[in-house]
Amino acid sequence: MQAFLQSIGYQHWILNVLLLLPMAGVVLVLVAPERWARWLTLIVATAEFILALGLWWAFDSSTGGMQFTTSVPWLPEFGINYSIGLDGLSLFMILLATAMMPLLVWGSWFAIDTKLRGYYALLLALKTGMIGVFVSMDLFLFYCFWELLLIPMYFLIGTWGSANRLYAATKFVVYTFAGSVMMLVAIIAMVVLVGKGTGEYSFAYTHLVQNRDLLAPWAPYLFTAFALAFAVKVPIFPLHTWLPDAHVEAPTAGSVDLAVILLKMGTYGFLRFAIPFFPAFALSAPVAAVFVTLAVSGIIYAALVSMVQPDLKKLIAYSSVSHLGFVMLGIWGGTVESVQGAIMVMIAHGLSTGALFFLVGMLYERRHTRLLADYGGVARVAPLLGTAFVISAFASIGLPGLSGFVGEFLILLGSFGRYPIATGIATIVVVFAAAYLLRAVQQVFFNPLVSEENKAIHDATPRELAVLVPLIAAMVWMGLYPQPILRRTEAAARRYVETVTPYLTPGVRPPVTTAVGDQP
Amino acid sequence: MSLSLLAAEGSGAGAALGPFWLTVALPLVGFAVNGLLALFKPQAKGLVSLVGPGVVLAAFGVAVLAFLRLQAPGAEPFGEVTLWHWMLAGDLHLDLAFRLDRLSAVLLLVVTGVGGLIHLFSIGYMKEDPGYARYFAYLNLFVAFMLILVLGASMPVLFIGWEGVGLCSYLLIGFWFDVEANANAGKKAFLMNRIGDFGFLVAMFIAWHAFGTLDFMEINELAPTRLEAGGGIVTAITLFMFLGCMGKSAQIPLYTWLPDAMAGPTPVSALIHAATMVTAGVYLVARSNVLFAMAPLTSTVVAGIGALTALFAATIGLRQNDIKKVLAYSTVSQLGYMFLAVGSGAYAAGIFHLVTHAFFKALLFLGSGSVIHAMHHAYHATHRHEDAQDMRNMGGLGRWMPWTRTLMWIATLAIAGIPFFAGFFSKDEILAAAFMRGHDARVYYVFYGFAAAAALVTAIYMARLMAMTFHGPNRTGEAEQGHLHEAPWIMTGPLAVLGVLSVVGSAINLPAFLGQHGWLEGWLEPVLEGARAFVTVEHPHGATEWILIGAAVAFGAVGLFLGYTRTMASSIVPARDAAESKGIARLLEKRYFVDEIYDAVLVRPIQWFSRVVLWKVVDQALVDGIAVRGSARLLEGFGWLGSRLQTGQVGLYLLLFVAGAVWVLGFMLGV
Repeated sequence: MQAFLQSIGYQHWILNVLLLLPMAGVVLVLVAPERWARWLTLIVATAEFILALGLWWAFDSSTGGMQFTTSVPWLPEFGINYSIGLDGLSLFMILLATAMMPLLVWGSWFAIDTKLRGYYALLLALKTGMIGVFVSMDLFLFYCFWELLLIPMYFLIGTWGSANRLYAATKFVVYTFAGSVMMLVAIIAMVVLVGKGTGEYSFAYTHLVQNRDLLAPWAPYLFTAFALAFAVKVPIFPLHTWLPDAHVEAPTAGSVDLAVILLKMGTYGFLRFAIPFFPAFALSAPVAAVFVTLAVSGIIYAALVSMVQPDLKKLIAYSSVSHLGFVMLGIWGGTVESVQGAIMVMIAHGLSTGALFFLVGMLYERRHTRLLADYGGVARVAPLLGTAFVISAFASIGLPGLSGFVGEFLILLGSFGRYPIATGIATIVVVFAAAYLLRAVQQVFFNPLVSEENKAIHDATPRELAVLVPLIAAMVWMGLYPQPILRRTEAAARRYVETVTPYLTPGVRPPVTTAVGDQP
Repeated sequence: MSLSLLAAEGSGAGAALGPFWLTVALPLVGFAVNGLLALFKPQAKGLVSLVGPGVVLAAFGVAVLAFLRLQAPGAEPFGEVTLWHWMLAGDLHLDLAFRLDRLSAVLLLVVTGVGGLIHLFSIGYMKEDPGYARYFAYLNLFVAFMLILVLGASMPVLFIGWEGVGLCSYLLIGFWFDVEANANAGKKAFLMNRIGDFGFLVAMFIAWHAFGTLDFMEINELAPTRLEAGGGIVTAITLFMFLGCMGKSAQIPLYTWLPDAMAGPTPVSALIHAATMVTAGVYLVARSNVLFAMAPLTSTVVAGIGALTALFAATIGLRQNDIKKVLAYSTVSQLGYMFLAVGSGAYAAGIFHLVTHAFFKALLFLGSGSVIHAMHHAYHATHRHEDAQDMRNMGGLGRWMPWTRTLMWIATLAIAGIPFFAGFFSKDEILAAAFMRGHDARVYYVFYGFAAAAALVTAIYMARLMAMTFHGPNRTGEAEQGHLHEAPWIMTGPLAVLGVLSVVGSAINLPAFLGQHGWLEGWLEPVLEGARAFVTVEHPHGATEWILIGAAVAFGAVGLFLGYTRTMASSIVPARDAAESKGIARLLEKRYFVDEIYDAVLVRPIQWFSRVVLWKVVDQALVDGIAVRGSARLLEGFGWLGSRLQTGQVGLYLLLFVAGAVWVLGFMLGV
């Protein structure tokens, strides 16, 4: 497989194609007849996924550096390059984003029946933005993609959302825009500062990282600006209140994209930019204390609030806040275990929460309500949907053997040496996570089946199964045999840890006693 | 996937013991087949009846073969199979590895053997249920997870099984999920177990930082050199680990889920909530025996909680009218005995009682299943809606169910500790161990006192159960009596096997005074010897031995006599005519109101706090109301922009964006 991919020059063109193909899709959808929109999008999305799949084999897991790079001058007079590439941190975000796309189109095939052209064009545009964010190696480019995402998301929620959509869409934009404007200012300031010091004004990521010492005097302000932009996206408690509204009002595809990819942009931003740019400040004891405290508060707080939600979609939205808190803890945990765990949770959360949002969408299409109280006993009439929901819920709860456990376990295990109390408190969430999701399972699928509307709910169609079965298979596979993923993310995680370790307060490390086993 | 089972089997010590990983794989296959049938062809009951019990019996066969090889002279002390690397991250090296040693072999036989019998029984018991295939799918999955728990070579692999059995327990308690109480009971069981799992996880984190490994065998070897006996770290690891055991094995204060778990089908209660899953905590302590032996404080806590639970739960059993609830509290109480044993350092005695208890308690539950089956059919035939599990509606059933009555009496004598029945020797050993530990730690005398009192109470509630169910006048109803009948052979057959085991089961560990040297104790010696550097349990000798035995027998005999005669002398009325009881009887009947207290002190305050304080006040009023809307108002102009954008003018936004970009570039040029 590798040889074949090399022979077609895969590593040179793949990322460019992944960025361009959805844009070409946008054009196609807009010019073709409206009734073709669904199929065109599906074809483009599937092609995109098949192309991206090659990354799995072509990726070289022995290096923590950038691969599949392309760099050409874009606006050379301003030091701006079209510079892209990926490493173990971003590889799975790309795979997840491209894999979700065909599922999204399939999964909400009939959910949207107005303004199809606009809807599908925006979905495709969103995809380019997502991939762009994760592959950009130039900060100007990164910022463009970051903002580019805002527009399609705004319209997806604002146009195809439910009743309160305008409020949610505006809140989404206000929140995230407020954050990202600050980031733009910080980026420019960085270029200027580094430019003054080195004589080279450039937005290139590597240039800025290599000269990060020049930024140190301004680190508190610059880091804060970056952190704000990313913290809103994660979202970190207490900047999370846009998320439940955005999720509830968004159409299924928007919710899934939001949960699977958009939230990860925040944690990715910390891993890639905010911390490597300003490690001394970001990891200094007081700042680390703030972030670890916020992460753990968010984990517990969101789980508790999720537990009392009457609306199923809100319940899952709050659970996202809790899960992403784990990622933040892992990032500040600063060990290879915890950082690998953080990446694993980013992936696992995409699978299980993605599946749960799909399922909520499927229930909504049948019953036109998201209130838990309106449901009950649905497993009687829809055992397939029930089975899928229960498996996804347990994957999200972190049952070992399913996807959620691996990441959570690694984060907690890896962070414990440095933050034993905070990690211990975060671990308590295993109780609350079960509490909120099992409550949802019970109120929707168990309990007596009484209302006529619920009796009329029909089970999953083959089309819906085609969406759910791959997701569930991935959850089981990732839970039982995560090693292929861990292997591909290890070098990048190690590189990050080597960057941050000198600045972190030392923690307890386990003694090396066992002979290290043979690497697969 | 680098899954090469045959290669793994051919390497290392695993080869000698045969493919014992099949014991996990077979039930998993059964789960897959039955699960697919449940979803797509639920009416194929014949195939389900073949596959469901078949895979477990086959696993029993594999287990017997592995056991025979393990006990052959000159055999390896253990066998290992590594399926594949599970997690390699940083310094963590975690394989999906199974290990069969002498301790896990005992459990392997119990789980597949008793499990196989209960699967057979279920064919009859669940015959008419529309969820037949789903039931067997869950039951098979349970066996697979239970065996992963038993065979797991490291804590996290054991934890897969540990949580997996919790999942199956959840699914099977709520098997009839369209009754809200059942669904609640399943959820409650899972949540209380999760409180324990929190402890187990923290124990793993500490252990990993102390040892650099999570492998049980390596930890038991490293602990004496790495950690200071009685020190803070080993105490912390074991205390957190024991929190996990409290949840899984229903000890005070995390026991209230187990009585509620009786909402599941009765064979499930026999398998999961009596014979196997709930004993996992005892197994975990025995598995980590060196750690617990090095932590005398934790061991005292374990023994104390065990003794207290044994007595406390037994007293509640005195006043329950639901036949399964009596047995549930009895299980909680007997698990307390097992923890008293392992907390006293008598790990082999704890495992011994685990085994004998699996026999007689499975028998009691399955017997009660036969009774409920008969009662249910009778009420069903006459269309009366009475409680088929309430003993006040029974009485004199021995007339129609002589086999069930006789077999359950055997189990009753066993649990009461009547000489030469299975429970006698195992319980006696525990009492003796607790007493002997009193020499060096006086508080163990108190524990002994609790346990001895619990023995008396146990005999009383069991005799009451038997008397109310099988003896005296029948209270089921005139019309129903014609429909009462003995269970079919597929149900009585397994009962008979368990009956035999409840008599001869103690043969595996006969005490010294019978001229034996305790086979099980010798068998487990290689696994448990590491602990003896830190704690030794003397066997009583001479007069002490005979007095202890005499006391134990007397408690059992007196208790049976009291329980039987007092119950027969009292006038019992059917459940619907019964008056509210008063005083202590009411306190016991209502289980000391512990559930109500938990609800008022923990559950509701947390919910109120989450709903009112966190959600309504912090989220909606503070963050959203003041911070967000406040800043939004500051950005009125931005709001206007938003309203322009809603009209669909993408162009405007892009224009603004480009303008912004130009502004940026201008800024750059000016530099």
